[in-house]
Amino acid sequence: MAKDAVKHDKIAVDRERCKGCGLCVLACDRKILAMSKKLNKKGLHYVEWNDLTNCKSCTLCAIICPEAVIEIYKES
Amino acid sequence: MTTQKVLMCGNEVLAEAAVRAGCRCYFGYPITPQNEISAYMSKRMPEIGGVFIQAESELAAINMVFGASAVGVRAMTSSSSPGVSLKQEGISYIAGAELPAVIVNVMRGGPGLGNIGPAQSDYFQAVKGGGHGDYHQIVLAPYSAQEVSDITFLSFDLADQYRMPVMILTDGVIGQMMEPAVIEKKEVRNLLPKDWALTGCRGRKPNVVKSLYLGDKVLERHNLKLQERYRQVAAHEVRYDAYHLDDAELIVVAYGICARLCKSAMNDLRAKGMRIGMIRPVTLWPFPSRIISQVAGTGKSFLTVEMSFGQMVEDVRLAVNGKSGVHFYGRGGGEMLTREEVLKEMERLYAQLRGGKNV
Amino acid sequence: MKKIFGRTPSLTDAPTHYCGGCGHGIVHRVLCEVIDELGLRESTVGIAPVGCAVLGYDYWNFDVSEAAHGRTPAVATGMKRARPDLTVFSYQGDGDLAAIGTAEIIHAANRGERITVIFVNNTVYGMTGGQMAPTTLVGQKTLTSPHGRKFEEFGEPIRVVELLSQFRGTAYAARTSVHNPVEVIKTKKAIKKAFQAQVDGIGFSIVEILSQCPTYWGMTPVQSVEYVRDELVKYFPLGTFKDETGAKASAV
Repeated sequence: MAKDAVKHDKIAVDRERCKGCGLCVLACDRKILAMSKKLNKKGLHYVEWNDLTNCKSCTLCAIICPEAVIEIYKES
Repeated sequence: MTTQKVLMCGNEVLAEAAVRAGCRCYFGYPITPQNEISAYMSKRMPEIGGVFIQAESELAAINMVFGASAVGVRAMTSSSSPGVSLKQEGISYIAGAELPAVIVNVMRGGPGLGNIGPAQSDYFQAVKGGGHGDYHQIVLAPYSAQEVSDITFLSFDLADQYRMPVMILTDGVIGQMMEPAVIEKKEVRNLLPKDWALTGCRGRKPNVVKSLYLGDKVLERHNLKLQERYRQVAAHEVRYDAYHLDDAELIVVAYGICARLCKSAMNDLRAKGMRIGMIRPVTLWPFPSRIISQVAGTGKSFLTVEMSFGQMVEDVRLAVNGKSGVHFYGRGGGEMLTREEVLKEMERLYAQLRGGKNV
Repeated sequence: MKKIFGRTPSLTDAPTHYCGGCGHGIVHRVLCEVIDELGLRESTVGIAPVGCAVLGYDYWNFDVSEAAHGRTPAVATGMKRARPDLTVFSYQGDGDLAAIGTAEIIHAANRGERITVIFVNNTVYGMTGGQMAPTTLVGQKTLTSPHGRKFEEFGEPIRVVELLSQFRGTAYAARTSVHNPVEVIKTKKAIKKAFQAQVDGIGFSIVEILSQCPTYWGMTPVQSVEYVRDELVKYFPLGTFKDETGAKASAV
């Protein structure tokens, strides 16, 4: 994963390459994701989350991401 | 097809020579007076496991050449003046992408739909570059069926060696006239493998074949590379015939079918004691400027003969650079020059030169 | 924790120049996933168009060429005919394919060229500033239809895959979208079928993909995917218009 990636147990996002389009937020039917108030180096809001307990690693957010910067992990 | 002498029209000699030169993809489109090339290829390519497509337009055909060449296969297209105009964008892309390609223009009367008579009025388009951007294509002008064959073999090697478009420039007469010819490769060049080609990136980094160079100074650097290549071509690949330049007072400059007429007229007049010589450019680009410049000077005059209203004459004037008089005789609109009128013009001009000394 | 989703090898690591939310990035990803899943990366040649995707060669980690505007199907034809062992795809936008390149696409399909066309339809010319395209909807405002496209003046949008599916040479023609994850998955399936039609040598294959263009539709990315869902899909119905992959594949 890229150096700027922030990884929680189930999801990793390269925040510097997120363009803040919000499509992942829309796609997540469990409403886990949200656009951060903070900006990345490009001055764009990036996706963030606070509680991943409801996340089932369904990959919908990664599938819709136009920048392909979301990685999904699952307990094996 | 044996390599002993055959009797074929220039167009078919060209097609057979291309096949023997290793051309494996031909993309054409119907237009007189080059139809024999595509008809011949439509029979011959399947025989050798090659590709023949009659494209939806000359424009599509040149882009198919772009594709076949990009994957490393020898490819050719042929057309005549109006069709070659449609290919100019593609030729510029081929030059920009550093792709080898052979393009044949069997010239006819223009502009516009013109007629189907022989002409040489596409000289500027071929030599100065009919597409956009600073690019060149090597332009070769054969004047007999035998030379059509030799030049076709040469064209494929030049295209591969210098990774650029090569145009074979003939006209309706050279294309349609049947003459004996031996269709075989005469020169051998050692050519580099095409490791730049798009053959699937197994075992290497991916290749890219493109002409888009965005970014600061990137396209300039690319152009400088092309310009250096063109200098190499100009230094090594100029070809011409020269006759009686040492004692000639009047030097005729003509190419293609015109050169045949002028040579014949020159021989008749020399027999009558007239000191007439001739330079026949075989490569129209790179133009044989040096020999013309060397010969130009006092006591020499030039007569350029073309089947157009004067195009190559400008390059002759540039080469002569004011050191001698440069005269022009030509007819356009698809009209065929006759030997007699050329002979009469040479005689008239020669007499005038003798009379008035340094005209 | 096992990684179950990440970037596929055929995608380079280069960040894209596409606007945030643009469909091109999604199409690039699923295209590259299909190429990897079919094990084709080392024998694929892609052709980038003139348009927003002209920089495809920066994003695709295999041999790529870039053709004159509208001419990719002709270039692809030359490539595939010269080297039938290669997998060749032509990536095009709506201006490239349905305006200047109409003759090339129609004849490539009619000849049944064994190439795959990835046709991204976002109803505008993106690279040059959002002009009207052949697929601009009637009434849609663009840089060159400031008061909305009028039928009387510029006709109706062209439905490309319906047009091309009439040719016998066309083996697979479908229209999909990327306006939500389910449609993205369908797009990937369609692209896989299209490549399969090529690999099995059945004939010409094309996938038209409706793609949101937030910038030149003057919308947020979220509004733009909703516009695809609510408006675009009405005029450009999603679905498979021709699929001979099954039949002929067994025959081959």
